[in-house]
Amino acid sequence: MNDQVDKQAHADDLYAESHYWHVNTGNETIHAKRMPGRFRNVKWAAAAVWLVFFVGPYLRWGERQAVLFDIPGRQFHIFGITILPQDVWMLSLTLLFFAILLAVVTSIAGRVFCGYFCFQTVWTDIFTWIEDKLEGGPQKRRKLDEAPWDFTKIRIKVVKHVIWIAIGMLTGISFTLWFGDAFEMWKGFLTLSASSVAWGSVAVFTFFTYLFAGHMREQVCFWLCPYARIQGVMYDKETILPAYDYNRGEPRGKLKKGQIEEGKGDCIECGQCVAVCPTGIDIRHGQQEGCITCALCLDACDAVMEKIGRPTGLIRYASMDELEGKPALKMFQRPRVLVYLTILTLAMSGILYGLFNLSGIEVKVLHERQPLYVLQSDGSIQNKYSVKILNKTAQDQQVRLSVAGLPELTVSGGEGSLAAHKGRITSYTVFVRVPRASLKTESTPITFHVEAEGEEELVSTYTSMFIGPRP
Amino acid sequence: MSEQNNPYGAPTTGHVWDDNLAELANQPPKWWMIGLHASWILVVLYGIAYPMWPWFGGATTGLMGWTQIGEYKQDVAAIQSVRAKYEDQLPGMSASAILADSELSEYVVRSAKVLFGDNCAACHGGGGQGNPGYPNLVDDDWLYGGDIDTIVMTVTNGRTGMMPAKAGVAMTDAEIDQLANAIAQGQPTSSPLFMEKACFACHGMDGKGMHALGAPNLTDSIWRFGDGSVEAIKYTITHGVNDPSDPQSRNAVMPKFGERLNETDIKKLAVYVSKLGAN
Ligand code: SF4
Ligand code: SF4
Repeated sequence: MNDQVDKQAHADDLYAESHYWHVNTGNETIHAKRMPGRFRNVKWAAAAVWLVFFVGPYLRWGERQAVLFDIPGRQFHIFGITILPQDVWMLSLTLLFFAILLAVVTSIAGRVFCGYFCFQTVWTDIFTWIEDKLEGGPQKRRKLDEAPWDFTKIRIKVVKHVIWIAIGMLTGISFTLWFGDAFEMWKGFLTLSASSVAWGSVAVFTFFTYLFAGHMREQVCFWLCPYARIQGVMYDKETILPAYDYNRGEPRGKLKKGQIEEGKGDCIECGQCVAVCPTGIDIRHGQQEGCITCALCLDACDAVMEKIGRPTGLIRYASMDELEGKPALKMFQRPRVLVYLTILTLAMSGILYGLFNLSGIEVKVLHERQPLYVLQSDGSIQNKYSVKILNKTAQDQQVRLSVAGLPELTVSGGEGSLAAHKGRITSYTVFVRVPRASLKTESTPITFHVEAEGEEELVSTYTSMFIGPRP
Repeated sequence: MSEQNNPYGAPTTGHVWDDNLAELANQPPKWWMIGLHASWILVVLYGIAYPMWPWFGGATTGLMGWTQIGEYKQDVAAIQSVRAKYEDQLPGMSASAILADSELSEYVVRSAKVLFGDNCAACHGGGGQGNPGYPNLVDDDWLYGGDIDTIVMTVTNGRTGMMPAKAGVAMTDAEIDQLANAIAQGQPTSSPLFMEKACFACHGMDGKGMHALGAPNLTDSIWRFGDGSVEAIKYTITHGVNDPSDPQSRNAVMPKFGERLNETDIKKLAVYVSKLGAN
């Protein structure tokens, strides 16, 4: 008999938390309350960074757009710098830099990117702001959703969706502007004569902006975003995150007669933190994957605490260690942070080195391998090279080639003034011949030096090999 | 089943085991269902737009009228239209005129690589470096002459080398040995046998060969057969080249490409070969 009861108790234990397992898979629209506050202001300021995305394409630099990703021309212009496919290593370093920056920030302060900068949350924030303006607060919105389709509802909904789609289109158009001359592209869009690629990009962006920011919202963070999935391994117990101080808050209980009862914690179970959460979660359950660390619940709870005359910060940026009352490590004592910072510094130095050492011309030399060398009738040895001169400047250049490294070498095929066409590689076949007596080993390094006529700083040197028979 | 077991009141399949165990029939999330339906609709649309369903005599053609071979032909036509600018000029020009035009010769060097690979590389090597028994095309030594018109002629009509075994006269082993040693040192005329056995008739009074006959220069560093060792030279003198009376004779035949390739292709190859070693 007792057994039976025990089993029942166990089963009930199992199910006790079952409502925490419930995840919103999009069937339920989150209507979050908007509240002013410190972090609300931070969020707006951070979102303003995205204005660069919209106004950037209109900046000019001399004759052309200041930042232009010219895909068909295979070159990127960033203000005074032109980046060709040959400089792709710098792009890799830049990507590495930002990947590690993301990691280091996540390790220090959680999903700062998610909460403040991510296009998904920023656009969603704008979309819900519009919704809030048009339809009213969460209560009204819920009511409107349930209301029958009368004229007012249709009017409000149509206006909302039209504005959303318009924002989507503006987003798409702004994106395409980075890849072509902004003013020309606008002309194309306005006269309906833009290229199909441009229209296609705008269509895709419009659709996905509307779908993601208008309809899917937190579902994108829950189910589509890979970063949300890996953040767990980037946190540790020292990472500061928006957290509910359970020591102070529990046991929670409703406020009675304006007083907190003896023995009760500070949380008055008003539910404001849940009401403002854009992803619809309850921070008081602890760290969870749904939390984008936007800190809006901090604002909400602080407002409540002020009202009931308790100290603010029941929900605050705090590390797990802090909440458990353990001493917090300084940032620079955390190996993870140090490793990330080292990689960051290395990547940054690489990028800076690249930027300051990008020469206007670059020579690369390929040694012909079939055959490696040719014996000539007078007994001399000839090697064949393909000399590729990359001219990254905006003008065609005339360059001179010189080869050095072996006594009595003669060069044919690269004499005199050679043309190096702008923005691309010009290649020349060059034969180098030396008397057999000059060769002391099977392979000898020789250098190819290219110098632009009249522009002393445009030089480039490449070391290749001269191959001969075994002496 | 207690209320707690099903806090959201999901529908059940109606089966109950062990008094209180029921199977919940939760719907998959809405977005998931939308994805599912969007996928099959896409498949159907794809099947309408592109060839997909087996049909009498092949498959449905699809509304877009796309075919693989059609796309291939389009691509080929696109390449040909890019090349036309150069290709159209080639038939009316002589090989030497093409060689003299830096842009055209550059075009030919780049585009005739395949032609060389298909027709020449088997004997002369992928880079024209030659193979044992087959001449090197990158050095500055030419059996029949290295000017472009001669190369055109060589490719068109082919070449058959000819050297009689033992110079067509009787030679003792000692004589062969003496002559081979002189040649190996690069001084064929130092041996009186060079005149006596009439080697000069083909290889010239100075031993420097004769282009008209394809007779190689015996004084330079380049060897038609073998590595220039006394042994290899002795073999050539003993058995000759393409001598029908000696089954061990060296073989030196270049086929006539005039029968296989059109004139333009031959011109291209000549230019390509001229540029290989740039001599
Ligand atoms: S729990 Fe708080 S910090 Fe996390 S997403 Fe919700 S409102 Fe933002
Ligand atoms: S806002 Fe603060 S007081 Fe209100 S329920 Fe949330 S944690 Fe408790």
